[in-house]
Amino acid sequence: MAKRRKRQAQSEYFFDYSLLFIVLFLLGFGLVMLYSTSSYEAAQNYGSSTFYLEKQLKATILGLVGMMVVANIPYHFWEKFYLLGYVISVILLLLIIPFGHESGGAKRWFRIGGLSIQPSEIAKLCMILFLAVMICKMGKSIRSAKGFMALMVMPLPIVLMVWKITSNLSSAIIIMGIALLMVFVASPDYKKFIILGAAGIAGAALIVFIIVNLANADGLNYRGERVLAWLNPEAYISDTGYQTLQALYAIGSGGIWGKGLGQSMQKLGFIPEAQNDMIFSIICEELGLFGAVAIIMMFLMLIWRLMVIANNAPDLFGALLVVGVMGHMAIQVILNIAVVTNTIPNTGISLPFISYGGTAVLFQLAEIGLVLNVAKRIQLKEV
Amino acid sequence: MLERGNRTFHRKKITISFFLCAAMLFLLFVRLVYLMVARADYYSAKAVELHERERSIKAARGRIIDCNGNVIADNKTVCTISVIYNQIEDPEKVIEVLCRELSLSEEYVRSRVEKYSSIERIKSNVDKETGDRIREYDLAGVKVDEDYKRYYPYGSLASKVLGFTGSDNQGIIGLEVIYEEYLEGEKGTILTVTDAKGIEVEEAGESRIEPVNGRDLHISMDMNIQSYATQLAVQAMETKQAKSVSIIVMDPRNGEILAMVNVPEFDLNNPYELTDEVLAGSVSANGELSAEEKQDLLNAMWRNGCINDTYEPGSTFKTITAAAGLESGVVTPQSTFSCPGFVIVEDRKIRCHKIGGHGAQDFVHATMNSCNPVFVTVGLRMGAETYYRYFEQFGLLQKTGVDLPGEAGTIMHKVEDIGEVELATISFGQSFQITPIQLLTTFSSIINGGRRVTPHFGVEITDTDGNLIEKLEYPVTQGIVSAETSATMREILEKVVSEGGGKNAYIEGVRIGGKTATSQTLPRGSGKYIASFVGFAPADDPQVIAIAIINHPQGVYYGGQIAAPIIRQLFENILPYLGIMDYNDYGVLETP
Repeated sequence: MAKRRKRQAQSEYFFDYSLLFIVLFLLGFGLVMLYSTSSYEAAQNYGSSTFYLEKQLKATILGLVGMMVVANIPYHFWEKFYLLGYVISVILLLLIIPFGHESGGAKRWFRIGGLSIQPSEIAKLCMILFLAVMICKMGKSIRSAKGFMALMVMPLPIVLMVWKITSNLSSAIIIMGIALLMVFVASPDYKKFIILGAAGIAGAALIVFIIVNLANADGLNYRGERVLAWLNPEAYISDTGYQTLQALYAIGSGGIWGKGLGQSMQKLGFIPEAQNDMIFSIICEELGLFGAVAIIMMFLMLIWRLMVIANNAPDLFGALLVVGVMGHMAIQVILNIAVVTNTIPNTGISLPFISYGGTAVLFQLAEIGLVLNVAKRIQLKEV
Repeated sequence: MLERGNRTFHRKKITISFFLCAAMLFLLFVRLVYLMVARADYYSAKAVELHERERSIKAARGRIIDCNGNVIADNKTVCTISVIYNQIEDPEKVIEVLCRELSLSEEYVRSRVEKYSSIERIKSNVDKETGDRIREYDLAGVKVDEDYKRYYPYGSLASKVLGFTGSDNQGIIGLEVIYEEYLEGEKGTILTVTDAKGIEVEEAGESRIEPVNGRDLHISMDMNIQSYATQLAVQAMETKQAKSVSIIVMDPRNGEILAMVNVPEFDLNNPYELTDEVLAGSVSANGELSAEEKQDLLNAMWRNGCINDTYEPGSTFKTITAAAGLESGVVTPQSTFSCPGFVIVEDRKIRCHKIGGHGAQDFVHATMNSCNPVFVTVGLRMGAETYYRYFEQFGLLQKTGVDLPGEAGTIMHKVEDIGEVELATISFGQSFQITPIQLLTTFSSIINGGRRVTPHFGVEITDTDGNLIEKLEYPVTQGIVSAETSATMREILEKVVSEGGGKNAYIEGVRIGGKTATSQTLPRGSGKYIASFVGFAPADDPQVIAIAIINHPQGVYYGGQIAAPIIRQLFENILPYLGIMDYNDYGVLETP
């Protein structure tokens, strides 16, 4: 029986070319936009207009190689590393304290021979693996309140470390979001998630309400000020609201059809480091609403592909891995666009596959490799 | 071990997650539509405002031209040399050339050239030839910008009248201030698109609004007369070691000022450089001056004494008392008086300058003698109220309206405070203060048939090609004195020059009228005097009137001795020039 099954899988080999194509498209598009966005500043600051493009291209090629390697390793191979991954994440995050490289006021990176590595990106992948294994191990006990609480508590050390050590609230939120989504999928219950969601929204509203009412009192930390700048960016144009407002100028001046590729004005230093978190605003300025919607559609298709693969994964472990990746991609895309359009307060979140960032693209591609391997194990006849 | 089934509820939940994501993305899409369609215009406008920079193009300032068409305030093209760091290809050559051409130290030029900045200014106000030479080297990264700088070809002539301009080419003092609106022109602009650091984006192109050059101002000043009057003033100042000498030459018929001299003058092309005269007068001439002290000295140096300062006119004012007396009828030319050498007013004894007195004399002779007791008597006959009314009627309480900034007002008693003693002193020109231009203007209205003219320089405004834009007009008040009084005054004043105290202004062959004055400055007894003389010609039909004022002369200080000769010398030269007197005729005329 087992023998026959194996032969069947091999004979009807499934490879998700749609997913691969979507990812390649996003990468290619991302490189074009990255060049368009960064060339002016790169030429001014580094004397070479392709400074950022070259670095990103190297990371992308490395990532693609990594992706193909991971795609050919059976995903159950990773199972035994779940604890190791968790421990490595913790160690790397702790190592940031003495060895971290500071840039832009935050210690988030390691510098190893010209390469910057961001441990929070590694932690995201490790958390997906760890939770997938844990949920499968717990089996039905996940349905009990105790099991649910245990799963909620387990990611917390990493989340808190990412938040406090690397002062990277956004990555902490993303990791927590991934964890929540995986638990949501694994548990048959709805009620506690609805309550949790409602409580989350109420909590956020309460925090905003408190900050607004405290506005006159001094001593708000910079996150508090970000909330105020979110509500009224033009009042904070000189500091906290500057980036947001500049992004809005870019988006608004794009209009329906955009100014044309390469024609952005806001990238000429008005949006600092536009190639990072704010690249979507330059896409809007150059390609207009049309281009922005096309990109949103591409991301939606990516998430849809991930959903299809998760739904057809041969086992729960595979499905949970894909759900984790799906959560990661979806949360980052949604939060990034929400920040850029000033729909939520400003917090640094990059756009997967498009924003500048070597570690991020490397690990995102590794995640896609993992998903591709899960997809490979889908038995076509059962679809 | 982990190969547990992927159950239905898992699939359901995964699908729900997907649709949740899709819903959120849809909301973000709605947000984008709002921002990019509904708010597009608002944010586009804001962004354009942020990206565009205005660079102004200076407009050439209008010229100032004298009555003969000589340009007395002009624009010189000067260059500003700057370097653009990013465009320099051969820094060593650039440094070498700029050092040599601009005579600057290598250290200075090197620091500027090697400084990382978008544009660095090396030197401004470089003359055009040097700028052109530098341009011919065609060095990459070296920028030569042309600019206008005000230039005064006559240097210090009429400095306090013309005034000069500041760094933005705006008038600072003098005519440059008063006629600013005509002279300044309209700046042009170049709208460029720049990046966040203000560096121009070349591909974006530029839109340009051309500047409109300023209008030319034509003034009544005659640089020949101004030049000669200045020579006379300098001469008098030097020989009499005076503090300052002022001369005004005016046409009494219409108020056009032909010359206005205030020596010491200053160099209009270096208006911030203190002259030796000013420095000599300052307390801390040896040490360094504080910024404030320097500014005070500069203000003193720029001051136009004819307009900005008041003085006690002294005996020249007897002309006004005489005119008022004749108008009111308290005196006629034939009225006789007796001068014992003093006059008692209340408890005061006011002396005549002739200790022994002038004895019996008629009013004409009293004026020729400048006899104080007679004028005190005339003033007292009118009474304070009548005198004050004439004072007002003659326009002495108002400013003359001359087209120069900062005209000082008259300092006069209130009518209710004028007692007999005050009235007596006012009658011979003391205890109140007026400006020289006020005296000359009032004097003019008495001798020109009773019309108070507005003294002025500005005649007309033309464009650069000389096409008339505006003819400047000035108010004239009629009926200051009657034509008869005016004629009588002319006759009396002519006698003052031909036979009386003003004989030093007499020129054979031309009828000149005038009045001398010598007044002691306050506080009395300081030994400082102001000697002055007002003269006009021809006496029967005045076409030119002039005043000379010598402040604090050393030695002889009588107006008749030192001020009248200045006017004589002036008239000897300018009357033939103006066509009022012909030397060829004079032999014939004077031959009996």
